[in-house]
Amino acid sequence: MNLGAAIGLPLGEPTRNAFGEALRDLGAAYPNLVVVDGDVGNSTRTEVFAQAFPERFFQVGIAESNMVSVAAGLAAGGHIAVTASFAAFLTCNAYDQIRMGVGFTGANVKLVGSHAGISIGDDGPSQMGIEDMALMSSIPGMIVLCPADAAAARKLTALMVAHDGPVYMRTGRPKVPTIYPADVDLAIGRAQVVRAGTDATVIACGIMVSAALEAAHALAAEGIDVRVLDMHTVKPLDVAAVEAAAHETGAIVTAEEHLLDGGLGSAVARAVARYAPCPMGFVGVDNTYAESGKPGDVLAKYGLTWQAIADEVRRLKGHGRGGTEPPRGL
Amino acid sequence: MATPNHDHHSIADLEAVRRRLAVASIRMTTAAESGHPSTCLSCSHIVTALYFAGLMHYDPARPDMPDRDRFVLSKGHAAPILYAALAEAGILPWDELMDLRTIGSRLEGHPNMRRVPMVEASTGSLGQGLSIGVGMALAGRLAASDRRTFVLLGDGELDEGQVWEAAMAGAKYALDSLVAVVDRNGYQQMGDADAVMPTGPLAAKWQAFGWRTLEVDGHDWPEVLGSLRAARERKGRPTVIVARTRKGFGVSQILADPGNKFHGVPLKPAEAEIAIAEIDAAPYPTEAI
Repeated sequence: MNLGAAIGLPLGEPTRNAFGEALRDLGAAYPNLVVVDGDVGNSTRTEVFAQAFPERFFQVGIAESNMVSVAAGLAAGGHIAVTASFAAFLTCNAYDQIRMGVGFTGANVKLVGSHAGISIGDDGPSQMGIEDMALMSSIPGMIVLCPADAAAARKLTALMVAHDGPVYMRTGRPKVPTIYPADVDLAIGRAQVVRAGTDATVIACGIMVSAALEAAHALAAEGIDVRVLDMHTVKPLDVAAVEAAAHETGAIVTAEEHLLDGGLGSAVARAVARYAPCPMGFVGVDNTYAESGKPGDVLAKYGLTWQAIADEVRRLKGHGRGGTEPPRGL
Repeated sequence: MATPNHDHHSIADLEAVRRRLAVASIRMTTAAESGHPSTCLSCSHIVTALYFAGLMHYDPARPDMPDRDRFVLSKGHAAPILYAALAEAGILPWDELMDLRTIGSRLEGHPNMRRVPMVEASTGSLGQGLSIGVGMALAGRLAASDRRTFVLLGDGELDEGQVWEAAMAGAKYALDSLVAVVDRNGYQQMGDADAVMPTGPLAAKWQAFGWRTLEVDGHDWPEVLGSLRAARERKGRPTVIVARTRKGFGVSQILADPGNKFHGVPLKPAEAEIAIAEIDAAPYPTEAI
């Protein structure tokens, strides 16, 4: 995987590592912060918190449903309850427990799904969370976060813990390019402009933000000036930023490491259709499961590349090299 | 431990309370033309004992008191008797009970913790209450509180695998402030619980999961009270009370129906009047506590 290499972005820590370290650092400031694990703390990195605060770490085994409801019970007792597993197992296996115990009750539970997207590569589709943002966005009141790099993951972890109410954050397995300075200031619900531009906008989240920057770099050479927004908060969506992008640049391409159904692209399309209609393009996993392979190979085979983003922008801008119209019918 | 105003010392007093709760459960569901009266009747002794025999520590004037004991109605479809108990305790107005299941009322078909004081968990999707109770008991331990957490489960609900995930977790963490009560009324939606999915031998199963296990007749006052009193004692592991009960206890019309056609069905007004008269006319138990 060589994300960001085309524009020289240095490779940083995985977002899951940044989350684990941030959680440990927050443990001292929040004596009511507790963590519930489903036997994957060394994968999600909650083990970093466990090592520092063993008395506030609860291991319930490979039982995601119980894990989420136990977290809800801890939250009912006044705790900030963080619970983490692979995004796929957390959001798919424990969806009803999240619906009832977290969403419906507005519980102060923080759900963190690691190994999100297809960039986990080798382990294959059973481990890949490609529907987590759709599922979590379907929970009324849920905040859905998707950090682009380690600094963003640290900042969003702090914001998540400080927020009173349900939050879902997805993290990734591989190392990711560094986009932000270590002290980046993000706010929940506020898109981050990572590149200014006037001809089109790429709205991305997670590792696709660095891919969007690469695409913007390539398109600049062709005379297309692309704005790049890091939409790290997929819900609630920064509608004002989407509206501005539509009005000021006239074309929007979304890019996400997630199914096209119910993720970032769907949310942006709803805002565009309602408030500022403009041509749109979509990069994401298109109605399929991926497969095992090296992360870079998997991303390339399933169309999650900077080249794919650039092609969508070219298509919208009528710059012929944008390949073909996408097939009709969803 | 006991709340002075809600600590009845005679079985006759408790039985009078139980009948009020049973009658209210029938009247509420009949007025709403929907709901589950029969499952309220099977757990009527258990709920009455918990709230009104000094077996749960709470203060009706301070429903959010941090050290109150917690009651989780995991079998959320028995919501009417929970609301009736909260009315009897002075937490809800009696008049409000007849608003059950009507638009705008906080007394929804299944309990909603965001809307009703001392409803500790939002339930209605079966299988989740014991896990929530585990989390509550862990929170109590972290707070160095002596509070207890009681979780009332249906026997059909034990089909849900999550109950057993929670059972393992409760035993692992030696949660001796946690008490589960299984309302073993023998029926679930599609009929005989053991025909739908055999969960027995139930006591042996809980024991194998590491729980202190008590078996009682869930309609025998001394047994119900004695078991709950014993369950309050902290013995280094969680306690489960398997209470053998009858769905529709005290109402012949329901008891006479082996096909469980009354599951989730309210009594019609005329049937309700007969049922209430039967409950009122039943002889009082005479045992002393």
